[in-house]
Amino acid sequence: MPKKPQVPGLIKGLGVTFNTMAQTLKPKKLGGGAATVQYPHEKETPPIRARGVIALREDNCTACMLCARSCPDWCIYIEGHKELAPPRRAGGAPRKVNKLDRFDIDYALCMYCGICVEVCPFDALFWSPEYEYSEPHIADLLHDKTKLGEWMETVPEAPALEAGAEKKKGK
Amino acid sequence: MSSLLAVDLPYWAQSLLRVLGGTVAVLLPAGTIVYLFLFKMMSFMQSRLGPMEAGPYGSMQLFAEVGKWLQKEDIAPERADLPVFRFAPLVVLMSTFLLVAVVPFGPDAYFTQFDAGVFYLLAVSSISTLGILMAGWSSANKYSLLGGLRAAGQLIAYELPMVLAVLGVVIQAGTMNLQAIVVKQNTDAIFGWHGIGFPYILTQFVGFLVFMIAVQAELTQTPFDMPIAESELVSGYMTEYSGFRFLIFFIAEFATAGVFALIASVLFLGGWGVPFSWFGWTTDTNSVANWMNVGGPLIMFTKMMVLTGIIMWVRFSYPRFREDQLQRFAWKVLIPISLVNIMLTAILKVAF
Repeated sequence: MPKKPQVPGLIKGLGVTFNTMAQTLKPKKLGGGAATVQYPHEKETPPIRARGVIALREDNCTACMLCARSCPDWCIYIEGHKELAPPRRAGGAPRKVNKLDRFDIDYALCMYCGICVEVCPFDALFWSPEYEYSEPHIADLLHDKTKLGEWMETVPEAPALEAGAEKKKGK
Repeated sequence: MSSLLAVDLPYWAQSLLRVLGGTVAVLLPAGTIVYLFLFKMMSFMQSRLGPMEAGPYGSMQLFAEVGKWLQKEDIAPERADLPVFRFAPLVVLMSTFLLVAVVPFGPDAYFTQFDAGVFYLLAVSSISTLGILMAGWSSANKYSLLGGLRAAGQLIAYELPMVLAVLGVVIQAGTMNLQAIVVKQNTDAIFGWHGIGFPYILTQFVGFLVFMIAVQAELTQTPFDMPIAESELVSGYMTEYSGFRFLIFFIAEFATAGVFALIASVLFLGGWGVPFSWFGWTTDTNSVANWMNVGGPLIMFTKMMVLTGIIMWVRFSYPRFREDQLQRFAWKVLIPISLVNIMLTAILKVAF
């Protein structure tokens, strides 16, 4: 025989909903208000580690293709070419560097798993909490490296390391 | 036929007024309930604000919703029984209109009044069961059929405690005429004290509780929303309805909530009246001041809002009963309680 519902519990349940209503109706100044935000009028600040959009620091990218190959959706498109850069020391041979021509992420395909950010060995990809980039047409969700570079500004500073932790090199 | 609002009008004008009045008496409560409780109170109880964009505080949201539904395509399943399918929502709405016909709103402000009023409204309130069963069966959809059958089983089960709860009032008042019940509640005295009349909620509190629970079930509001359980039956008998016909079901649901609240306030809370002794009125409704024809509906509206507020509050607070619990609750708890209530009422009626 299952436990029968008890009347005081039922009344307590009514109290919970009533108190929530009173809390929602209470003016904001007194610590009340709804848990939600009236979005287009006021914006919610997402948590610092929110997975909003992936930003690209172009200077760090070597077109190594690790991110494109690890992407489960194959939504990263990279093209690059080799270029000769001036030697590091005087009299040395010119260096060969990979130059990025194209770095596109198709956000219509991206599933925000973050594997590309994890796998990047040169710290070129970052998570940004920016979330307002919806488009009326699905094709417009393919964003190129200039757009991805602009999002770099919205990437928050990395939180301070814990005491005793090894310092990470470079951003 | 008695005159409406104590004004002598030709028959066609009276009929027109009655039609208009009936429409207002059904649609106005439905709209107010939907906005105030379904849109706003429910949102507040879930710590959100609800619709805020259409009009100030979203007050025009209802018109937007109705406009949306009117634009939608009227889809019927290929194998549906079309005449029945199309007629079913109207049957449900019709029962609401028939219910409001006997509710007295003032000394002269009523649509019709006769001695079998209580009997009539209990009979007419089951017509909606018929409409729901028709909707469920004609949809050619097993979920709809299941929902329709559940609704039929539930409405029949909860019809009984409702009838028995009302019986207590009828025994105490000694009449089935709703107008007479209102007058009696406002003229009777509590042990010779005329201060607040004698609303039957004082003696029939158990009956009132049973009635409100049964109403909750009749309206298929949430603790008893097995028939339209959206998470398992995809809204039950309403699954296949879209556009205008869904809108009719929707209006009927909330209008019936309002009408049942009106009936509850007539039977238990003194209806449209203020205690007659305050103004020196007698049991004859002709002695009641004419302004009560305006004040009465307002009093009724207030009482209705309070009662529907309670119905909706319960709806937003509780999870759903299981089907067997639901039936057991009606047959094994509510009906014995209301039978005992009738017995006690009868004994006390004879004793005093």
